[in-house]
Amino acid sequence: MSKKLLLKDAHIEGIRYFETYRKQGGYEAAEKALKMTPDEILEEVKTSGLRGRGGAGFPTGMKWSFLAKPEGVPRHLVVNADESEPGTFKDRYLMEFLPHLLIEGMLISSFCLGSNVSYIYIRGEYSWIPDILEEAIEEAKAAGFLGKNILGTGFDCEIYVQRGGGAYICGEETALLESLEGKRGNPRLKPPFPAVKGLWERPTVVNNVESIAAVVPIINITGAEFAKIGVGRSTGTKLISACGNINKPGVYEIDMTITVEEFIYSDEYCGGIPNGKKLKACIPGGSSVPIVPANLLLRTVNGEPRYMNYESLADGGFATGTMMGSGGFIVLDEDQCVVEHTMTLARFYNHESCGQCTPCREGTGWMYKILKKIENGQGKMEDIDLLWDIQRKIEGNTICPLGDAAAWPVAAAIRHFRDEFEWHIKNPELCLTQNYGLADYANPIPAVEKNA
Amino acid sequence: MSEIIAFKPESLAQVHKIIARYPEGRQKSALLPVLHLAQKEFGGWLDVPVMDYVAELLSIQPIEVYEVATFYTMFNMKPVGKYVLEVCRTGPCMVCGSEKILNHIRTKLNIKDGETTEDGMFTLKPAECLGACGYAPMLQLGKFFHENLTIEKVDEILDLCRQGQVALD
Repeated sequence: MSKKLLLKDAHIEGIRYFETYRKQGGYEAAEKALKMTPDEILEEVKTSGLRGRGGAGFPTGMKWSFLAKPEGVPRHLVVNADESEPGTFKDRYLMEFLPHLLIEGMLISSFCLGSNVSYIYIRGEYSWIPDILEEAIEEAKAAGFLGKNILGTGFDCEIYVQRGGGAYICGEETALLESLEGKRGNPRLKPPFPAVKGLWERPTVVNNVESIAAVVPIINITGAEFAKIGVGRSTGTKLISACGNINKPGVYEIDMTITVEEFIYSDEYCGGIPNGKKLKACIPGGSSVPIVPANLLLRTVNGEPRYMNYESLADGGFATGTMMGSGGFIVLDEDQCVVEHTMTLARFYNHESCGQCTPCREGTGWMYKILKKIENGQGKMEDIDLLWDIQRKIEGNTICPLGDAAAWPVAAAIRHFRDEFEWHIKNPELCLTQNYGLADYANPIPAVEKNA
Repeated sequence: MSEIIAFKPESLAQVHKIIARYPEGRQKSALLPVLHLAQKEFGGWLDVPVMDYVAELLSIQPIEVYEVATFYTMFNMKPVGKYVLEVCRTGPCMVCGSEKILNHIRTKLNIKDGETTEDGMFTLKPAECLGACGYAPMLQLGKFFHENLTIEKVDEILDLCRQGQVALD
């Protein structure tokens, strides 16, 4: 069983309220941190090896250390709660059921970064969650953990919740800052990075909800102990939101030492695939990371088990691997059509492109139209190469990573499922009424025999 | 004579509270929260006079409000029904049958995507990922998510809406 750090108390009734959270040891990490110096806290976060849980996986401590500290200029912590990546709903769970964990993490992080006013930017559609967060903020304030002169330390901190207006692009940190400034969510050119010029041109750290929540156990158990959990550079625990064709969709906390096979089939996690169907493919890190067929998902090309961690999922690069991303784990069974699935993702990215860069604005729409044509039995064989060409022209050619996010699902689908695209084009009548099925996707790479 | 547009006193107090979250001179940051308030108070959509009123409140140019309001999908730029059915159809929701749910609503209410029923009761808006992937298929109604939908559950929700028994806020 995986060690639980973030969700250890999630099952306790009333844990979203201060009194219950406090009884479980809540805010003890904050009390401890406020007796440390900001540099000592930063060192603990660095030692922990915590990687940003929003998708990019950049080391959190290193990101914090980039924060500019000019004299007399306020700094800000902004929590990215925009979470709009298809397949990802873990931050919603944290905010809905453990709001004080986030508030406590923000207090510690704000103290470390010298932010007296911090913001939670939450996607607008999560419209009932701001009430939960604001209630938790008021409770924390009443208990002396927010506001002026917190616990007599002289440190002041206010936290405010800001609702977005429904735009996936606002999950990109600079677009988020633009939105928080009351503008369209158009990403900014970098540099300057937010750590130098962020919110209102002030030094700003933008971190995901899960990353900031993880600061609490890091302070509680120390960064060194946190780093011992997991494996390699995948330290600590990771929240995985599992969905699609599985028996037990939901949010799971794993310590990144379990195999993908165990995660999908064991009763502790996803509980296998409904109705005894076979696994066809999986997108393990949110819609933008490459889809992989079952044969490459469960084992690496070397025949070794694939593990639920950053390094193992990425093993082999995009040719045979994928990414941990945000941990949005989408499982597809043998009845799913990869062309249709890719088409819905292309539609999503076309809808969510902010329109600022031509390759993304035009390319996403073009890809969606071609995929829709193929799915509707009107595709031509050359469309597959055209799709490949378009995604290549989008990737790496835009201001923000949305271009890459839109290109990768299409590239991976063609790379691994080209036969299925061709079948759609060759069988226009059939593809309207039935799916391609499994083909060889489900034949796993033979396991490597290990000598004892 | 045109109707005077003004927030109720309690909403106006809320606007000033929101503006106070930001540094002096940065009141434009309040735009999104204030637009949410305005949409809620002024009939579920943002008419040009409403956006002009918001601009005046925040001491910014009307164009700054228009460009933001038209960028974000949660703001309605034309009148909508009392109940806006936002059905997610991306990736995991598609895998779990969102198209079946959408088709059922289209047929039952005799409307296409983006349209409103003649009685002004329902508007159908397909949505691109609402963060309920583990509880798909789903739809959002006002402030709340309705998850793990079946055709029967959708029918029940629509009936309850007609009876005015579905909470939006």
